[in-house]
Amino acid sequence: MIWNLFITFVKIGLLSFGGGYAIIPMIQHEAMTGGWLSEMEFQEVVSIAGMSPGPVATNSATLIGYRVAGMGGAIASTLGMILPSLILIIVISIFFYRVRNSKWMKTVFYGLRPVITGLIAYAAIHFGFMGKDYSFLSWQTLGTLIIVFVALYGLVKNKLHPLTIIVASGILGVVFF
Amino acid sequence: MITNVNVKTNVKTNVKTPAKTNARVRLLFQLFWVFLRIGPVTFGGGYAMIPMIEREISTKRQWLGEEEMDEILSLAGSAPGGVGVNAAAFIGYRLGGVLGAISAIAGITIPTFIIVCLLSSVYAQLADEPKVAAAMKGIHGAVIALILIAAYRMAKNAIFDKTTAVTAMIVLVVLLISGMNPIYMIAIGLIIGFVFLQVKQLFGLQVKTEKEKECLDYSDEESNYPEYYI
Repeated sequence: MIWNLFITFVKIGLLSFGGGYAIIPMIQHEAMTGGWLSEMEFQEVVSIAGMSPGPVATNSATLIGYRVAGMGGAIASTLGMILPSLILIIVISIFFYRVRNSKWMKTVFYGLRPVITGLIAYAAIHFGFMGKDYSFLSWQTLGTLIIVFVALYGLVKNKLHPLTIIVASGILGVVFF
Repeated sequence: MITNVNVKTNVKTNVKTPAKTNARVRLLFQLFWVFLRIGPVTFGGGYAMIPMIEREISTKRQWLGEEEMDEILSLAGSAPGGVGVNAAAFIGYRLGGVLGAISAIAGITIPTFIIVCLLSSVYAQLADEPKVAAAMKGIHGAVIALILIAAYRMAKNAIFDKTTAVTAMIVLVVLLISGMNPIYMIAIGLIIGFVFLQVKQLFGLQVKTEKEKECLDYSDEESNYPEYYI
């Protein structure tokens, strides 16, 4: 199982353009098809990864590894997530300036960027409103939507610190639900 | 640029003398220490780390010039993996070779690793408390907002013509409808740009592969980091 976790996260790490939230759908797909976590558990994992400091991608890997196979799993998943980055970065560093502004790179990113945009948007929708608690026009959905809008307003308009938003949302959650 | 390469090779070739070995060990430890302190104070994903990293590495310690720093950070954004981890690996490698990269990555990963494991086990103990469950539902909303902002920032930089807009929409719809493995989407994305640009050129259409710089609004801090969400 630990080897399985490692290999899966190496695979995800290799193609995780977009880092952070863009890889949530990939992790979810692997966790579901592998039967590692239920939908509910996955939602908890993403919430905890999002509220923890540090990179979301490695946080999620650590959490899933920990849930599935304890401390050994956490270490294996985190290493799996980091290793491809480390190796690729060293390779890129060696070809640093040749790669940066080449036409080939620009062509690739022309198609890759909108795909990543789609992936992140999908992560937001899927993570937001696909659990079994959520149906159209339930108190759950309404409460969550209110918190989403308040959080967006605070982050964009008032430039509040993400930690402030997370704590405030937790308090709003206690009030609402 | 060139001077930094020299610094690196000097450190490597002279590693045998004790003084140089000491200096190298000290550099590795410093790299570890700098990134150890950045990880636990940045909430909201890798993007939040960028200004911190810039301040520590180029302003405070002046290990790298601002220009090279910009270059490194935008490459860290375009390589696969988390932006924070990539930036740590890049800077570590530039300053201290492979061992430098490993020290920097260990620094940025270890504290958050411990925090995440602690949070997870605390949460597992308290998950049945109704108040904790309710707070968690609230935080769920906050995380949705954080993801939406990431999507918006990415879109601002990625979508600038019909092809890119349609591609993003199709990806979203296909993912919502089918249970397709999102990894394939990335793989397809790598090919899409190439194919579309070939076709466009075949029809003699004007092609641009990036959003034009003058379209970017540099007035707010965010758009100074246009590529960090890739």
